[in-house]
Amino acid sequence: MAQRVSLFVTCIVDQLFPQIGMAMAHVLERLGYQLDFPEGQTCCGQPAFNSGYRQEARIVARHFLDVFEKCEAIVVPSGSCASMAIHHFPDLFAKEPETLARVRALRERIWEFSTFLTAVAGVEDVGARFPDVVTFHDGCHALREMGVKSAPRRLLAQVRGLELREMQPAEECCGFGGTFAVKFGELSGAMARTKVEAILRTGARSVVSLDPSCLMQIRGALSRAGSEVRTLHLAEVLASR
Amino acid sequence: MSAEFQQHIHDTLADGRLQSAVYTSTGRLKEGRSAVVAHDVLPDYQELRTQANAIKKHAIENLDHYLEEFERNVEAHGGRVVWCKDGSEVADFVLELAKERGARLIVKSKSMLTEEIDLNERLERHGLESVETDLGEYIIQLAHERPYHIVAPALHKTREQVADLFTARLHVPHETVIEKQTATARAVLREKFLAADIGISGANFLVADSGAIVLVENEGNARLATSAPKIHIAIAGIEKIVPRAQDLATFLKLLARSATGQLLSVYTSFLSGPRRPDEIDGPEEFYVVLVDNGRTRLLQEREKRQSLYCIRCGACLNACPVYRKIGGHSFPWVYSGPIGAILTPQFLGVQREPALPFASSLCGACAEVCPVKIDIPKALLDLRCEVKKAEMREKQNRLEKLAFRVFAWVMSHPRIYEMAGRMAGSAFPEENAGWLRRVPGLMNFGPMRAWADQRDLPPPPARSFREMWRRR
Ligand code: SF4
Repeated sequence: MAQRVSLFVTCIVDQLFPQIGMAMAHVLERLGYQLDFPEGQTCCGQPAFNSGYRQEARIVARHFLDVFEKCEAIVVPSGSCASMAIHHFPDLFAKEPETLARVRALRERIWEFSTFLTAVAGVEDVGARFPDVVTFHDGCHALREMGVKSAPRRLLAQVRGLELREMQPAEECCGFGGTFAVKFGELSGAMARTKVEAILRTGARSVVSLDPSCLMQIRGALSRAGSEVRTLHLAEVLASR
Repeated sequence: MSAEFQQHIHDTLADGRLQSAVYTSTGRLKEGRSAVVAHDVLPDYQELRTQANAIKKHAIENLDHYLEEFERNVEAHGGRVVWCKDGSEVADFVLELAKERGARLIVKSKSMLTEEIDLNERLERHGLESVETDLGEYIIQLAHERPYHIVAPALHKTREQVADLFTARLHVPHETVIEKQTATARAVLREKFLAADIGISGANFLVADSGAIVLVENEGNARLATSAPKIHIAIAGIEKIVPRAQDLATFLKLLARSATGQLLSVYTSFLSGPRRPDEIDGPEEFYVVLVDNGRTRLLQEREKRQSLYCIRCGACLNACPVYRKIGGHSFPWVYSGPIGAILTPQFLGVQREPALPFASSLCGACAEVCPVKIDIPKALLDLRCEVKKAEMREKQNRLEKLAFRVFAWVMSHPRIYEMAGRMAGSAFPEENAGWLRRVPGLMNFGPMRAWADQRDLPPPPARSFREMWRRR
């Protein structure tokens, strides 16, 4: 079935968490996909879009279109960045019919990682082994904009040796929110601490998520709290044997 | 960001007691709601939301038609409709009527609109006494505060604080048992109900085809306020209209569930017109004051119009991780939480507090719970754009604008992007997680400091993904 899959690793994985991108690549290769990394890729433009700079966001979004337009399937290790392209590009180009048509044609082929595995590859057991107690954090955009709730849990359920302990509440925001994290640093930090408390209450030794930016926020707050709990992307768990 | 906004946020975050009071109370309301909209207890919940949204959309887009129908029907029942442009027109109407009838004491039931137009203050300035009779509203009136929450105005007050307040203002013994506090308030308010000349209420819905107003409450005070005095004045925003009485089947199922997790509130009153000859109670005069106060301006903008669908259930506040941290009084206007974050700039202009639409992680929890499906995150994004446009006109915040120009340029030039990444990476030592705070000079850079004040940053990796990919 060796189909071709293009990776959009996102700027944050490229620059700060390359191991997440590598893990995602391992999992996909193990499933028999032929991978391609379009070298021209950078960012989805979300930082500008969320900050009210639509024109700047359009420049980046147009670049994204140019880079990925020819790809058959694009897999993204982030619910938030996938959602930017799928749900917000159409708003960005609402007044440019030609670009809008290109966006519409492309968005069907963009997949958040866990959804790609369960819905396209049709797998839940990727043959991973990860003997640990973990808890799962729902990233807001994966959950509410993309409707991703069960896919990562179904995948985790098949990992040998892994015990999933749900935190209460798993669906509350970690407080990252892009530039919000620095514009409202104190508030964002308080939200992260509430998240950390929920994580620590489970007794899990790792917290898993679909979004590198949430993981960065949570990791920063865990580390500041002196906790040993690790932060992992779902791809890292699925890549381990 | 205004210093005031920043200070309010800081103070609320630093107040441990307040933090736990707000988080616990909103948590309870939030859990209550989830339980009664769950699929096994309300299977058609999502359809109800879709219906509610469609009814509101239709009503708002045909507002003139339904308002006129409403007016005809109110008058057919012997009531009168009064149209007011803003708060001062409302106050003038009430003052004039009070003067003609020799009225001095007013009892009020809960209404966000009267908060919006500062009605009590306006009336008191002219010597009228206007007493809030909803317990929460009464408490904040005694404390001279604004409502902390759309549905639970005194959510932030502990019973110790209420005890202090009652002792100071009502000269009663210090009493921290909630039931006894309620009894105290009840005794005071009973006298007011009996002596009042005018009762003022809001309206949860205005029903066009029957000329009725609908009041939803739990304490029974609205019933008393609208039936004991000789005159009842209902004051409502023009957006409260629904076309038909049968539409209420949809809204009443959603309102109490979303607000407090009740299936239905304790009292739901349908009021149309003054007392008829064969009726034993009710007011002699019945007025409905329809208030614009900026609403028709929103009506003209397709994107903003949906804010007028709001039924003030407060669910978005309870769901909001930001509201639950910064509380109601950090918000610059009477409306707080997610709906306040969009109504405030939409009504008062983005200049009132330019940072407000940015005070959100865009988590979407508000839109998920809104019973009329207002897309609050999208409205926030639109308002952020509006703020940036205003800043550009005023030539403010040019450094940020420049930064995003550079961002867009870098992100659309992969080579430059890679080079920039490599430069940034090599500038920082690879150490343990607290490294950010130890890099000299770095902490003077605003965003870095804002991050590192609260959290650590992972040390940058030795190679970027693309470098690793090339080497494999
Ligand atoms: S915006 Fe929606 S959730 Fe918030 S108060 Fe209004 S109706 Fe309720």
